[in-house]
Amino acid sequence: MDNLELQRHLDTEYRWGFVTDIEQDTLPMGLDEDVVRLISAKKGEPAFMLDWRLKAYRHWLTMTEPTWSSVRYPAIDYQTLHYYSAPKTRDSGPKSLAEVDPELLRTYEKLGIPLAERGALAGVAVDAVFDSVSVATTFKDKLEQLGILFCPFSEAVIKYPELVQQYLGSVVPYTDNFFASLNSAVFSDGSFVYVPKGVRCPMELSTYFRINARNTGQFERTLIIADEGGYVSYLEGCTAPTRDENQLHAAVVELVALQDARIKYSTVQNWYPGDAEGRGGIYNFVTKRGDCRGERAHISWTQVETGSAITWKYPSCILRGDHSVGEFYSVALTNHHQQADTGTKMIHIGRDTRSTIVSKGIAAGYGSNAYRGLVKVLATAEGARNHTQCDSLLMSPTSAAHTFPYIEVRNPGAIVEHEATTSRIGEDQLFYLQSRGLDEEEAVNLIVNGFCKEVFKELPMEFAVEAQKLLAVSLEGAVG
Amino acid sequence: MLEIKDLHVSVDDKAILKGIDLTVKPGEIHAIMGPNGSGKSTLAQVLAGREGYRVTQGSLRYLDSDLPPFSPEARARAGIFLAFQYPIEIPGVANAQFLRSALNSQRGYRGEPELDAFDFLEFVKGRLAMLEIDDSFLYRSLNEGFSGGEKKRNEILQMAVLEPRLAILDETDSGLDIDALKVVARGVNALRAPDRAIILVTHYQRLLEYIVPDRVHVLAEGRIVRSGDRDLALELEAKGYGWLNLRNNCEEPFIP
Repeated sequence: MDNLELQRHLDTEYRWGFVTDIEQDTLPMGLDEDVVRLISAKKGEPAFMLDWRLKAYRHWLTMTEPTWSSVRYPAIDYQTLHYYSAPKTRDSGPKSLAEVDPELLRTYEKLGIPLAERGALAGVAVDAVFDSVSVATTFKDKLEQLGILFCPFSEAVIKYPELVQQYLGSVVPYTDNFFASLNSAVFSDGSFVYVPKGVRCPMELSTYFRINARNTGQFERTLIIADEGGYVSYLEGCTAPTRDENQLHAAVVELVALQDARIKYSTVQNWYPGDAEGRGGIYNFVTKRGDCRGERAHISWTQVETGSAITWKYPSCILRGDHSVGEFYSVALTNHHQQADTGTKMIHIGRDTRSTIVSKGIAAGYGSNAYRGLVKVLATAEGARNHTQCDSLLMSPTSAAHTFPYIEVRNPGAIVEHEATTSRIGEDQLFYLQSRGLDEEEAVNLIVNGFCKEVFKELPMEFAVEAQKLLAVSLEGAVG
Repeated sequence: MLEIKDLHVSVDDKAILKGIDLTVKPGEIHAIMGPNGSGKSTLAQVLAGREGYRVTQGSLRYLDSDLPPFSPEARARAGIFLAFQYPIEIPGVANAQFLRSALNSQRGYRGEPELDAFDFLEFVKGRLAMLEIDDSFLYRSLNEGFSGGEKKRNEILQMAVLEPRLAILDETDSGLDIDALKVVARGVNALRAPDRAIILVTHYQRLLEYIVPDRVHVLAEGRIVRSGDRDLALELEAKGYGWLNLRNNCEEPFIP
């Protein structure tokens, strides 16, 4: 393989890098209690919400940034960030698509978001998050007929305060970790979903996050509740415009599945990864956790992580209900100087709980890719089973893959299995495919897609297609 | 179709082929035989464009073009196919997906429309039936967990799907049982056409009981030391390579 030619391919620039020129309503930079109060006031939140934010803020002040992960980055000065930014629109936000800023709609267009008619055709309801405030929601009526609540988080706080109060922080408390506490204090917006008893949500719910404002920390907060026997599949897809500065993102996602409920949460994350020299890119510190709170509850996390300069993310499942099931399917790709430290935690509490972990790490360029996972079986978890499979694919001699599996078993009847492999993309494989007429890029894509197949098959169809394209773009020529 | 003149090839600065002359015309089948380490596989690899196989002297022409500057995929698109001696495993990639990608890539290059999933399936099932290979082959990962014989059959299936103009079979017959050998023979005989040529690289003449070559060449120590018709293969079988009075030069590494 000609290294120079490969390097040329490697230098594919971020395809979705553009900045939308929209007036921003931004608070001055820095963080103190007044900023927290101001955020809450701007959103017209009830007192319980401000109270919760303040408790989180005060707790956050006592915490320090975690250092146990393998990611390395310059210290973040939290006083130089902006903690609130919303697109300026008429008084209280648009009532329909016609009222949405056309510039914003064009941005979504470029991102290929199926809003409005395209959304209807694709059967996708989009709760589009532009920077921090949701600007458009479709399919609401149809969902409301089924009693499904799907709206921006800030709207849920006003419209369904009891549900928010009951479930917010019940999976990820505001004391959970440094980034989750920060999020709890200053979160701007996100999505809220409630699926009532026995209701199967007939469409994939989808939200697109996009970071746009300069130096604006993004603090999304999402809460999804599936009541007894409910089912929902939720898609989260992200792209962001090119930036030079690092941008902090600290999201929290909480899932609650009650008895016999099932939540499927799929993510395609494509935030700006920084340039070839490792300048810029998003810092992505995310806390995602699901609670199987009733018997036979089932939570699946599927993620395809190709973006961000730094990814720090461990979507987890608390298997509290007897016979509950947790799943984690992950593809994480790091190219250039990207760093990813990602994995999951499966906490087995109930009897006969089962969990499956399939992690596929791909490292190219100078990328560093770590799987970090915890399988914990408590004494109460009679008959618990876990199967973990953890594979790494190295695309260059300068890339790195690490695996940190932690296993704690307190019940002697539990069965916990761990398999791991590390391989290098082979010249033999490339030559074989090229000798059949595929060019190098096609060959690499085929090999990588084969490697990721077990994860891709867990994604909804249209998302799987997007994920494959994303890997192809992220890896153009990334063999060395 | 293929014209090789005084071809010298080095791998890692070690000379493997030391002056090959070979002309293959459309419609012909040539068998290249020879002991291990004689350079047979090197010749196959250099035709397919494997990196690291450096032409240091002589010429290699295919359809009136000098071959060396072309990438493996460009050669494949121009109709060259190499059946690998040791086919490579690509986990997670379904055979059908791979075959369709490869075929469409080649069709696209030739300006032909791509085959959609349905047309492709119909086409490939015809090929499977012809070769008497089970349909389940399509849905397995490319060569992953295949037995040696299955891998070789899969190479022949690929050849039958891609319909090359020049097919090189690198010891496709070695290690095969009689049934698999017949699959190979069926594939080659079906491909036999006035505008195609086939080169069989083989250690034994067994395959030649099923495929009758037009020419047989014996390669030893990087040179073609004898050429003849089918009878040469039979003679070799009867008398062994020792009959050719080769200096058995053990410095020559075995290049797969």
